[in-house]
Amino acid sequence: MQSLSNIESLLYFSPEILLVIFAAAVVLLDLVVKDRNSSAVAHLSLAGCICVFAAVLITHFSFGDKGPISLFLGMIQLDAFSSFFKVLLLLATAATILFSLRSEELDARLKGEYYALLLAITLGMFLMASSTNLLMIFISLETVSLTSYILAGFLTHNPRSSEAAFKYITYGAVASGTMLFGLSLLFGMVGSGDVGQISVRLTELLASGEVAPLAVLIAITFVLAGVGYKIASVPFHMWSPDVYEGAPIPITAFLSVASKSAGFALFIRFFYSGFGNPELMQAVDWTFMLAIVSALTMTVGNLAALPQQNVKRLLAYSSIAHGGYLLMGGVLLTSEGIGAILFYLVVYLFMNLGAFYVVVLIANEEGSEMIEGYRGLASRAPLVAWAMAIFLFSLTGIPPFAGFFGKWLLFAAVLEQGYYWLALVGLLNSVVSLYYYARIVKAMFLEDPGEETTQVSFSTGTFALLSVFVIPTILIGFLNIFYTFSNISVSVIPMQ
Amino acid sequence: MLLSLMIFVPLLGMIAVLLLPRESEELVKRVTLLFTLIPLALAVALFISYDRSTAGTQYVVNVPWIQAFNIQYHIGIDGLSVTLLLLTALLGPICVIASWRNIEKGIKAYMALFLLLETGMLGFFAALDLFLFYVFFELTLLPMYFLIGIWGGPRREYAAIKFFLYTLFGSVLMLVAMIAVYLNSGAPGARTFDIPTLITLAATAGHALNDLNFQIWVFLGFFIGFAVKVPIFPFHTWLPDAHVEAPTAISVILAGILLKMGTYGLVRVNMAMFPLGLDFFCNGIGFWGNSLALLGFINIVYGSFCALAQTDFKKLVAYSSIGHMGFVILGLSARNDSGITGAILQMFNHGVISAMLFLLVGVLYDRAHHREINGFGGLGTKMPIYTGITTLAFMASLGLPGLSGFVGEALSLLGAYDKFKLLTILSTIGIVVGAAYFLWTLQRVFLGTLNPKYEELPEINGREILTLVPLGILTIALGVWPNFAIDMFRESVTNLIGVLQIN
Repeated sequence: MQSLSNIESLLYFSPEILLVIFAAAVVLLDLVVKDRNSSAVAHLSLAGCICVFAAVLITHFSFGDKGPISLFLGMIQLDAFSSFFKVLLLLATAATILFSLRSEELDARLKGEYYALLLAITLGMFLMASSTNLLMIFISLETVSLTSYILAGFLTHNPRSSEAAFKYITYGAVASGTMLFGLSLLFGMVGSGDVGQISVRLTELLASGEVAPLAVLIAITFVLAGVGYKIASVPFHMWSPDVYEGAPIPITAFLSVASKSAGFALFIRFFYSGFGNPELMQAVDWTFMLAIVSALTMTVGNLAALPQQNVKRLLAYSSIAHGGYLLMGGVLLTSEGIGAILFYLVVYLFMNLGAFYVVVLIANEEGSEMIEGYRGLASRAPLVAWAMAIFLFSLTGIPPFAGFFGKWLLFAAVLEQGYYWLALVGLLNSVVSLYYYARIVKAMFLEDPGEETTQVSFSTGTFALLSVFVIPTILIGFLNIFYTFSNISVSVIPMQ
Repeated sequence: MLLSLMIFVPLLGMIAVLLLPRESEELVKRVTLLFTLIPLALAVALFISYDRSTAGTQYVVNVPWIQAFNIQYHIGIDGLSVTLLLLTALLGPICVIASWRNIEKGIKAYMALFLLLETGMLGFFAALDLFLFYVFFELTLLPMYFLIGIWGGPRREYAAIKFFLYTLFGSVLMLVAMIAVYLNSGAPGARTFDIPTLITLAATAGHALNDLNFQIWVFLGFFIGFAVKVPIFPFHTWLPDAHVEAPTAISVILAGILLKMGTYGLVRVNMAMFPLGLDFFCNGIGFWGNSLALLGFINIVYGSFCALAQTDFKKLVAYSSIGHMGFVILGLSARNDSGITGAILQMFNHGVISAMLFLLVGVLYDRAHHREINGFGGLGTKMPIYTGITTLAFMASLGLPGLSGFVGEALSLLGAYDKFKLLTILSTIGIVVGAAYFLWTLQRVFLGTLNPKYEELPEINGREILTLVPLGILTIALGVWPNFAIDMFRESVTNLIGVLQIN
């Protein structure tokens, strides 16, 4: 693998550099623009996303797809895997900016900071997806965490939002601390921060008996605390319902999709390249623990979602459950399992962001996030109601929607490894999840709107944005290209 | 091509309907009728041109779909599927006509969903790739949920979600079994979902699929998935609820087609693909060897007795469906020529007869706005034509010789008697009870003195007769000349028995 020095790396680092430039430009523009209702700042950030998107594609196709390149003396790595996540994260960021533009709950006075922070968090997530060094992993994780605390508490007039930020920061501090301790244990054992080195050295040390398997298991468990917190897996999920409920809806959407994706990127790279070595896995059986965490995560998420009345909170629990499904793919550390995770993340991005977009629209219209607000939506705004139904059924995993194909890949990978009990738990969980998703559908379609039967009309832009999510949700499963891409990006993760 | 066209014409119809303006209700109905008549014409064409002398699948289309997993768009028909396709295509326009006046709100969405449902059903009966088969199977779920949930009766929300949850529970178990079959079908890269290939592989000695233990488990997975749909006791409790709440036309589809999807799946997958597993449940030692026949017996007797206890007309017909589907299970468990032929015939006949019964219940409900059997009386004098058609349907359903219901049930019992003497003898109780509840209902509703409340009840109208006549003709025709249908699938049954006897 090609390893580049700091100066040489800068060229390959252009997407991240561009993100920083645009974040700064957003802050500056905000100082210049006097009109508080102007959306110039948002549009500049959106332009930033597009430029960065182009930069990601250019760096990938001119350098990245020729094989992995190690940048900044082994700190981060440019490869198909990181490019995949960068594209995914940018889509989520762009969608969040568009949601924020349309959301009426955000405070106009703080717009500049808001968008600058969004770009900053994207930068952190980019780094999460490409870090190959323990130190870098921790720094990228903290960049994302610190920024998310502020964004979650952005509704300064809303005590729930402040509560969300406070809970988030408390849990986050504990999780990062635990993770840091785990990382230091690893560093102590191996004497190197490089993830690839860890795999090699640990295997040697375990074989020669210099390191006890239990010590490695403890270190892994501690690191998992940090990662598990980012992807909201049991038992580190407690923050997420409160944060999701309290945060502004676009941020909730962003956290549930982007934060989770970045968490999985980090998880896959760290565990796959650091601990995916078969010999190491034989000595330290840490995947079984992960299987249990996965089963618990989806079960807890789904059962807790059942009685929810607030759609945002319901989707928060559902997103915990989806983290559990995704973890199933991580249990295996086979290329099928990881391919399935990548595919599912793409699907999840569209269907979950779509669902949150509808929540934004309804919150604007009704001023409420409760299920009652959705009552009779089918007769008031049929297109929006049908779109929401498609997102929800896709989240349940019912064909012909994309969510089914995603789940199908995950379950096939799990069954391939003989984890029948885990697949069964996952599938029964899908049945449970139908019940709460269908409650929203029921409110929209089966219940009468009451006296209020006025048609709600939305702008063409709204429908255009909605179709950006609906069409992939219907079609992704039928397109071969996505299966291919998730397989390619797996093939470039270094196993050593 | 013809077959693909038939499957996707309703889907095109759905798009066409969605593009029509909401106000032009009459146009929506006509367009829907047109788009259900095209599949019917195509199904008749297939039925006529189908080569009866061979068991092989015909009109095969096989193109790659998701190459990463060797999933193909593979469709084709054999004698069994062509029969059920005809039934589906026939009930399509009948249901549209039956819904002409009864659906008051959202006719556009109703028709669009109905067309989507029809695509799912047609595709299911034609699919020859297990993955495709599953996708079509699930495709019927969503429209059905909405059709019951939006246009149903007072407890529609409960009935719709119960139907949905039960079926989804069954189908996730089926999904596990399906993936297990796929993973065991070969080395990575050589795996397949292709049903004919899988049938061959499962019969190849030494192949991973040809393992008794494996087949028992996947048999169970698929079986539960289909059993919920049939429905087989103890997975049947969604059916009465769904039927009672569903609008007439949807009840017709539910009883006429959706239940057959379960038994069709049993034949297509459980029997043909897992003969060893089937052998264990039909011919094994002790309890398990009788289990499938026992379930058939329970369905027959339990369903009939439940029907006897009902005072709601529609619920009575719903429970009688459970009883009649028991004959299909019993016939299949016999695994011989007359048993399987009888079972398949019974599927078709029950589709026709139960469709008639539900249509008739709907006619009465539209006029009286209730379905309480004891609340009527003496309708025979007010509605002679209606009474005549109802009597025909009742007689066909209770198994009067000369009408179609008799042939299927008699053949099923005949086949089953070879293998399960005691259970077959006991199952005939169901026929006696069946006669009892139908005749008793006939007496309570149509005979005796006319309830003065219904002095002004109008006679069945032309539109309603139009929906019933084709079904009535089929009932009589198949009763007199069952070979008309049997000829279609004789070769396929012989072929299936050949597969079953490899062991």
